[in-house]
Amino acid sequence: MTAMIEISNAEKTFTMHLQGGVQLPVVRGVSFFVEPGECVVLAGPSGAGKSSILKMIFGNYRCDAGRIGIRHQGAQIDLARAEPRQILSVRRATIGYVSQFLRAVPRVATSDVVAEPLIVNGMARSEARERAGALLRRLNIPERLWALPPSTFSGGEQQRVNIARGFISDLPILLLDEPTASLDAANRAVVVDLIGEKKRAGVAMVAIVHDDEIRHLIADRIVDVTSFAAAA
Amino acid sequence: MAEHEGAVQDNNQPLLMAEGLSKSYGRLMACRDVSFALYPGEVLAVVGESGSGKTTLLQLLSAQLAPSAGRVSYRMRDGVMRDLASLGEAERRFLFRTDWGYVHQDPALGLRMAVSAGANVGERLMAVGWNHYGRIRDTASSWLERVEIGIDRIDDAPRTYSGGMRQRLQIARNLVTEPRLVFMDEPTGGLDVSVQARLLDLMRNLVSELNLAAIVVTHDLAVARLLSHRVMVMKGGRVIETGLTDQVLDDPCEPYTQLLVSSILPA
Repeated sequence: MTAMIEISNAEKTFTMHLQGGVQLPVVRGVSFFVEPGECVVLAGPSGAGKSSILKMIFGNYRCDAGRIGIRHQGAQIDLARAEPRQILSVRRATIGYVSQFLRAVPRVATSDVVAEPLIVNGMARSEARERAGALLRRLNIPERLWALPPSTFSGGEQQRVNIARGFISDLPILLLDEPTASLDAANRAVVVDLIGEKKRAGVAMVAIVHDDEIRHLIADRIVDVTSFAAAA
Repeated sequence: MAEHEGAVQDNNQPLLMAEGLSKSYGRLMACRDVSFALYPGEVLAVVGESGSGKTTLLQLLSAQLAPSAGRVSYRMRDGVMRDLASLGEAERRFLFRTDWGYVHQDPALGLRMAVSAGANVGERLMAVGWNHYGRIRDTASSWLERVEIGIDRIDDAPRTYSGGMRQRLQIARNLVTEPRLVFMDEPTGGLDVSVQARLLDLMRNLVSELNLAAIVVTHDLAVARLLSHRVMVMKGGRVIETGLTDQVLDDPCEPYTQLLVSSILPA
């Protein structure tokens, strides 16, 4: 098996203890795989569990049952059972994640926010900043903003900073949660190009996109999340 | 900078291990059956409300309190794992002066308030045998710079400093000997938010640049999120939930953790 991601029978339920222990089943029987160079788009209405699935693949949400196989440094690791240290290693070397919102660290300059994933992997600060600048320029973030922390930026600018941070490294897996939601047409086109380049580089991607046009442009396959509906 | 005497640092071997650690004060169990391993470069946050046993745990881990049961072992610089209770006085002193740092919530407990900032930093170096005044002063001033304290303040005593500056000075004093492990007890408690943000950013960078392991006790989940890789949630002296920091904070399982997370006021 050469798949980068191989999920079988993954399951997630939230137990809300503050609401009298209400059980909130999210997904059940989640099974799909993603090959290198392929972009799989998760489809389904809001609340179907698309973001939860991405978060489970990133190890941000726990997985109650099933298996989340990730090809990491030449071997498959089950993220549903992995130790925190292993998950951190997978995030450093294998899985990148572009979330819907930027969780900005106060006081850190935009160029450093973007360059950080490269620096963590040992690239020299100056070279990492240079690559960050090139990507920010491509995403139309004016150079005068690079030295400022992104917390005061507009929603669209923050999202582009977030995209730059997610796309800057050469990680073999990329998870994209609504990467184009608050972007204008020109910037959406840039993101579509970036995704195309990642595909040609062999990156396996899982994306959530509501925009039909974008989905059409990037999706190699569509996985319908409603078939994993847990509420029954 | 202090020389590492042939330091052996294998990131895949635990630096510190707690096994079945308990502490009782009469019938009160301040800490029950805590076990975990901490690896080099790893930052562990211990969260929970006042009285949950966080500070007792920190004191047990840093050999300031003897456990009622269980043990703490630490990998010495020669690579050998040693039970803290079995260390001789000289070895314990070595840990406190060189290989460990301890950042108190109240900087007055970790600093000498009446001597100069330079001397506060230099003192740790002299304690490990540095005796060249010029080198000590150079190293002290480079550390003050690193924690963003102006060199023009090097001869002033910390009692003339603001709260945030005192805390940054305390950090410089702790890190100057290049410890491998730093204990922090509510390091941002009592500082106002803008000062906190600056301190957190500084600590975050230092920890990653120096490959420091740290155990940070805090009741502030935002501090845990920014600084730590892993979180342990304590309640009634027990660890009730543990895991990757973002996992515990974004997908809390235990009722008490859910309460803690849901009690954060949105900014």
